[in-house]
Amino acid sequence: MALSRRVSIGAGLRYRGEQGMLNWILHRITGLGILLFVGIHVVVGFFGQQFGDDLSFAINAIYESWAFQLFVYFSVLFHAINGSRLALMDLFPGLLRYQRELIWLQWLIFTPAYGLPVYMMLQTALTGG
Amino acid sequence: MRTSRPIRSAGPFEYGMWLFTRFSGLALMLFGAISMGVAFILGGRTQVDMPAMFRWMFFPNPNHVVNTNIPDVSLGWSNASWQIFSTLMIFMAAGHAYNGLRMVLEDYIQRPLLVAFLRVLIFTIWLGSMILAIYVILAS
Repeated sequence: MALSRRVSIGAGLRYRGEQGMLNWILHRITGLGILLFVGIHVVVGFFGQQFGDDLSFAINAIYESWAFQLFVYFSVLFHAINGSRLALMDLFPGLLRYQRELIWLQWLIFTPAYGLPVYMMLQTALTGG
Repeated sequence: MRTSRPIRSAGPFEYGMWLFTRFSGLALMLFGAISMGVAFILGGRTQVDMPAMFRWMFFPNPNHVVNTNIPDVSLGWSNASWQIFSTLMIFMAAGHAYNGLRMVLEDYIQRPLLVAFLRVLIFTIWLGSMILAIYVILAS
């Protein structure tokens, strides 16, 4: 089977892999994002503690801001819920038949679990508590 | 037009890491839930914002939560069972994360020498992270 590996992002997204493919992409992006964030966090924490330099505190201020936390929380929660769906489907292959339904269930859990804290964070951030 | 990428032959190592990724992912969620619950019991019910919550969930350790404006919780976290808990958690998180990075990289990189180099590099970074994390846990 010959496949062209050089496709544009738009063509890639229009590929009819549907929810499974889009969740796969998001799972990779959020996973790499978490690794990048935690890696930077460890290095910056080390330099901040050892030298107390301004750059460390500046980076610290960025990732403790509420706007950045929205991304972190999205990544962690999506990666956790999507990952548990994957793990359960792999450990109980009978569930594979219901992948589409499980993906809907996954977003049904994700939406309030993400939305409610975000609502509270935005309320705190925008009204000052 | 190029042919599709060659599929890696899955040996016992790949199968082991596949299993490890599943189980460590599930266990990390359980551990995160436990440490968050204990953090609330230890007195963080009213002072928690999102960064403090993440600090507690994924690295429950006095050194790590010291910057949050929580009443003194050092006594609650610094004993052997929480040190073992944190070490296990870091072991699973680092293994999960660096193996995931390796999987993604090897999906896009075909040159065998480069793959071998990246494997050694990622293993070295993993080992360094583990040593650093265990030092931080035991020193606190």
